[in-house]
Amino acid sequence: MDNGTKLKRHPGLNLIHGHGYEAKNETALFGFWVFMMSDLILFGLLFAVYITMIGVTAGGPGPKELFDFTSLGIQTALLLTSSMTIGMATFALKHPRCHWQLVPWLLVTLALGGGFLYFEVTDFMNMAAAGGVPSRSGYLSAFYALVGLHGFHVAAGSVWMIVLLIQLAVFGSVNIVKSRLLRLALLWHFLDVIWIGIFNIVFFYGWLYG
Amino acid sequence: MDKLDKHEKQDSDLRSYLWGFVFSVVLSAAAFFVILGESFGRETTMVVLGCLGMLQVFVQLRYFLHIDGRRESQEDLYLILFSVLVLLIMVIGTVWVLGDLAGRMGMDMSR
Repeated sequence: MDNGTKLKRHPGLNLIHGHGYEAKNETALFGFWVFMMSDLILFGLLFAVYITMIGVTAGGPGPKELFDFTSLGIQTALLLTSSMTIGMATFALKHPRCHWQLVPWLLVTLALGGGFLYFEVTDFMNMAAAGGVPSRSGYLSAFYALVGLHGFHVAAGSVWMIVLLIQLAVFGSVNIVKSRLLRLALLWHFLDVIWIGIFNIVFFYGWLYG
Repeated sequence: MDKLDKHEKQDSDLRSYLWGFVFSVVLSAAAFFVILGESFGRETTMVVLGCLGMLQVFVQLRYFLHIDGRRESQEDLYLILFSVLVLLIMVIGTVWVLGDLAGRMGMDMSR
């Protein structure tokens, strides 16, 4: 049994002992995961509101008029792949032999996240052009609150990633930056889990029952 | 010996991400196939999509976040299970109460 698994205390890829990696960072990561779980509750309640609002269109456009499953498929593929690539970035962070791959994987993740946001915003604009604005009905308010909040998380995560890329360039991969990168990876994986809920419940169930 | 261990660990980490990605792609594609194919009735489609979705969440947790049955990740698992419990009480409660109310009031809010 190696020391790495004994130290493991948080979700995500754990850096193994001997990297000069301190227990303090482990605690910070676990704390960040606690914070993510409170974010899960927030998302979950918006899901509950959305479910009760399915069909409450007040004569306005519903899922059948507004959803574009081609765009949804592209968004799902982009976000899913980005969850894998940020995993590869943390993999590069952990293993010294692959360390040079860290920045390229982060850039790929950033590009995929940007692509996701591009398609999502295009979707929102097309929906608005078809009369599907948030103020039109309770259903659309709930839709934009939930999907928009997820998109906002992705956008904030992208800004965070840019900041960390700058920190990597300026400071190099010192411990504090490594710890921040691991926390960003947790957020990113978490957002992919939320997206699974969104495309199944918001889009597919909305389509079935709307 | 130490070097060998490290390489094995490296390979298993890599495999974990690649398998996770493969499973996720298959499960997402299956979900899109089910909804676009319209091959089942409404209720069956809902149940099938629900199962695929839960399986995919499990894959994400297991292969990307490395939460498995091992002793070291138990704290994380308990935290997730407790959060999900709180969440389910609130979500199922909300949907139940409001759905029941809508049914009893004979509300049709689509107009």
